[in-house]
Amino acid sequence: MGDLFTNILSGPVPVEAYLGVSLIMFFAGVYGFLTRRSMLMILVSIELMLNAADINFVSFNRFLYPGQLEGFYFTLFTIAIAACETAVAIAIIINIYRNLTSVEVGTLDQMKE
Amino acid sequence: MAEQIIFYVLGAIIAIFSIMAVTSKQIIRSATYLLFVLLGTAGLYLLLGYNYLFAVQIAVYAGGVMVLFIFAILLTNKPGENVKTELPIRRIVAGVSAVAGLAFCGHVIYWNIKKVVALPVIADITPQQLGHTMMGTDKYQYLLPFESISILLLACIVGAIMVARKR
Repeated sequence: MGDLFTNILSGPVPVEAYLGVSLIMFFAGVYGFLTRRSMLMILVSIELMLNAADINFVSFNRFLYPGQLEGFYFTLFTIAIAACETAVAIAIIINIYRNLTSVEVGTLDQMKE
Repeated sequence: MAEQIIFYVLGAIIAIFSIMAVTSKQIIRSATYLLFVLLGTAGLYLLLGYNYLFAVQIAVYAGGVMVLFIFAILLTNKPGENVKTELPIRRIVAGVSAVAGLAFCGHVIYWNIKKVVALPVIADITPQQLGHTMMGTDKYQYLLPFESISILLLACIVGAIMVARKR
């Protein structure tokens, strides 16, 4: 056990440690997406999944192709697209709340006004 | 040594808070846990040497998106009300599928990427290099996606105003 700790703390941080962190984040997002009923919580889960994908892009870029910037720019554009998506989704959710006074996915079977 | 300790602390923060964000009973708390996850991700970017990405993550995610989330939560939820979740059988199915996916992908990562890749030393990315890469039209330069993103942002502004306006 002591050996394990010294190995972990003395060696460089491997790429699979970053991938493991993003893996846990992604599947926490999957669980939340499948279990929550409020649309805002589903949106939080989607943000978690997008963020996990961003960590993967950045860590592959940094570890495998350190001289290039493809993963860097992909992450930058993904952050911008996620911000857009969140803004539009929250506008839609507020509009639904105004019409139905609820943001649960179970009440969305009537889409007419 | 310091880098390893920082990484494992950040990784533990991200893992714990992302699980708490999807299991918390109150929606405002889970938004706060999401904020911690986003800040931890920004810390990982800083640890990897991408300072600009750190700043963008803080400004856009932890600043803009979280403010939107908290406004939306306060507009649509009664305070102190617990979040409703799906039926227990569905929660069990979702948990089993999430754990199964975690185990499968973890197995793939552990056995296929197991060779130790040392963190290659790179020079700091200068703002000149970033600007030339973002604004050039050559190979490995990204003017077209940049302009597409700006069109997308404009469309989002118009669309959000159209959807959320009072009739």
